[in-house]
Amino acid sequence: MTQNRLPASAPAAKRKLLNFGNIWDTFGMLFVFVLLFFVCSALIPNFFTWINMKVLGLSVSVVGMVACGMVFCLVIADLDLSVGAVVACAGVVTSWVLQQTDNMFLGIACGLACGAFFGLMNGIFVAVMKNNALIVTLATQQVARGAAYTICGGVPIGIMNEKFYLLGDSDILGIPTPIILMAVCFVIFGFLLSNTIFGRNSLAIGGNNEAARLAGINVVKTKIVIFTITGIVSAFAGIVLTSRLTSGQPMNGMGLELNAISACVLGGVALIGGNGRLHTVIDGFLFWGRWISP
Amino acid sequence: MTQNRTNYLEFEGISKNFAGVAALSGVSFGCAEGEIHALIGENGAGKSTLLKCLAGNYAPNAGRIIIDGRPVKFDSTADALEKGIAIIYQELNLLPESSVEENIFLGQLPSKGWRIDWKTLHADAKKALERLNLDFSPSILLKSLSIGQRQMVEIAKALTRNAKIIAFDEPTSSLSSREIERLFAVIAELKAEGKIILYVSHRMEEIFRICDKITVFKDGKFVVTYPDVKKVTSEMLVKSMVGRDVSNIYDYAPRDHGQVRLEINNFLAPGLKAPADLKVKGGEIVGLFGLVGAGRSELLKGIFGAARSTAGEVFIDGQKATIKSPIDAITRGLVFCPEDRKSDGILGIHSVRDNINISARRNSLICRLIINSGWEKSNAAKRISDLNIKTPTDLQLIRNLSGGNQQKAILGRWLSENIRCIMFDEPTRGIDVGAKNEIYNLIYRLAISGIAVIVVSSDLPEVLGVSDRIVVMRDGLIVGELTHQEATEEKALELAMIPDAAA
Repeated sequence: MTQNRLPASAPAAKRKLLNFGNIWDTFGMLFVFVLLFFVCSALIPNFFTWINMKVLGLSVSVVGMVACGMVFCLVIADLDLSVGAVVACAGVVTSWVLQQTDNMFLGIACGLACGAFFGLMNGIFVAVMKNNALIVTLATQQVARGAAYTICGGVPIGIMNEKFYLLGDSDILGIPTPIILMAVCFVIFGFLLSNTIFGRNSLAIGGNNEAARLAGINVVKTKIVIFTITGIVSAFAGIVLTSRLTSGQPMNGMGLELNAISACVLGGVALIGGNGRLHTVIDGFLFWGRWISP
Repeated sequence: MTQNRTNYLEFEGISKNFAGVAALSGVSFGCAEGEIHALIGENGAGKSTLLKCLAGNYAPNAGRIIIDGRPVKFDSTADALEKGIAIIYQELNLLPESSVEENIFLGQLPSKGWRIDWKTLHADAKKALERLNLDFSPSILLKSLSIGQRQMVEIAKALTRNAKIIAFDEPTSSLSSREIERLFAVIAELKAEGKIILYVSHRMEEIFRICDKITVFKDGKFVVTYPDVKKVTSEMLVKSMVGRDVSNIYDYAPRDHGQVRLEINNFLAPGLKAPADLKVKGGEIVGLFGLVGAGRSELLKGIFGAARSTAGEVFIDGQKATIKSPIDAITRGLVFCPEDRKSDGILGIHSVRDNINISARRNSLICRLIINSGWEKSNAAKRISDLNIKTPTDLQLIRNLSGGNQQKAILGRWLSENIRCIMFDEPTRGIDVGAKNEIYNLIYRLAISGIAVIVVSSDLPEVLGVSDRIVVMRDGLIVGELTHQEATEEKALELAMIPDAAA
């Protein structure tokens, strides 16, 4: 019984150190990012210009959106390797529907439905049939990539709909729309993870699957929802990318899944599950984005 | 005690503490060559701990182990094996995906230079299997063998290491009767070769059949060694296994019982051998006693929906309840505190607050979606002060708390629900005496408020101390029932251990 009091009765100096650890845990990656940012600004000519910032933001916006879904997958100690292929497939589906109907909303809806479908499949195979997520999503990756190539016949599908370009190639208050959309995703998913029962249940499942089940959490349902949402947000990222490129390309998003996972892990999401906050992921993501961009 | 031969293996005052709780204290006895020595005692009496000290798994806090006149000390199980000690555990330590021969020679595969010498390996493994009259090929995968055959592989492994002392921990618990016969034949041969066999089992009839001497443990202490098994009866053994001074940590007081709150009829779940019937009234505490493997946890898990029940009905407050998952049970007010807190109970890497609110938060949401953190904070604070959970703050990670406080937090999780029936599986396992008393008082408090309580425990005094009624299980069956007044440790143990004791 005495050992419980240990943390409380620890010397004050030790407590301070602990606090520093906490601060480092929370803001460490942001600090590293800021440092890197200043070093780059000082050493690289034309780095700290508005144009360069816009290019940098645009280049990472797709990964940023995908990472939002990936955080949830990692939090439940699974992962989704199909996101890159879903990005491509949703883009191709959207541009194909646009080509056929010239109906922008139908196109976007079909693209999102495509993502939802692959996500749902992932969820069912992982949660209901209890297959390993690595294998399931690797298979989905192949299927989605194959579907993308099949639908477009191996050649990019050009888009003529001018209105659709707005999604990827416009500014709001001087900031490119994809960056705004990415920020919106961060806000929504951050809120989902920290402030809703869905997010807390996800964290609980990652913390201890069996204990969560015995505490009355519907583990199967939660996992299916997570994979489906990941599919949808990946599809959305794919649609935005397609709009920016003005064509649906089946080779989009190659290796994107690993970039998204890197950003999450740099942001302190534990691969063993149960831990993760979106604002630290954003820090990790910023750092990662600065690191890979030229 | 007649001692014709000097003892080859001698325990001298072995003590072992875990976090201040004594699992073994001052155990001394000896075994001679060519002897099958049974170790018996209740669950937690210290038999397994002693074996683990012998195997180098645990280092004893005090005392020494003397083999062939020389005190020995082991750094690890590998070291103990090297020195001729092999333990065959209940859960076998083998690699299912490797071949039998690799398993037998694991850690000492014969080699030519840096390559494995498969020919020698195969030939040696074959010899080892032949010695035990086993007819399967050494090159098949271990997973294709039955549990009994795997056990034989474990024995073959011990023999190739020239083990002099072989200990069996509940070897027959998952064997068929034919496999048991074969095991006994092998044990008899080992005895003839002059090996020392330590045999831990709950099964009286086996002990009487094959063992030469019996040593009884109780509460981590040596009680007595019966040098001649023929002069012992099972009643004598049971008597020496119990009969302790019951310290008064239970504070039992009779309560009024209300209507039947939980009723199960013809209930079958995986691990149960026959349909179970049980009725628990409001305010009543029913103790479910049985030895390890008697099916108590399986019954509870089945009722709670954590394992699918295969037949039978559950009624809660007279209403039929279809329970297919824990959620179904919880929404009907039937809750469960699992035995293995670390793997099934707590979310170790999350805070005490999260652990308390994990289940109840679904009823406190804003717009049925958003976490009400104000409510969660005050709810956690309420439970922490109400249950006297000792934690620096409610944001402390729960894994840093002691076992008793973790158990209280799990209990706190359920107090926000509208509980009608609560089931505890080993509520005080790994909890020190002071905290035990607190847990008992919480159980009484729940019962007094009209909740039906089921307590599963392997700790006999605990079951007798807290329960109004004791239901005894053996081998997946409910075999008897005792009231608080008529229950004695002897009666409960006889029911739990000796077949046909109820008749």
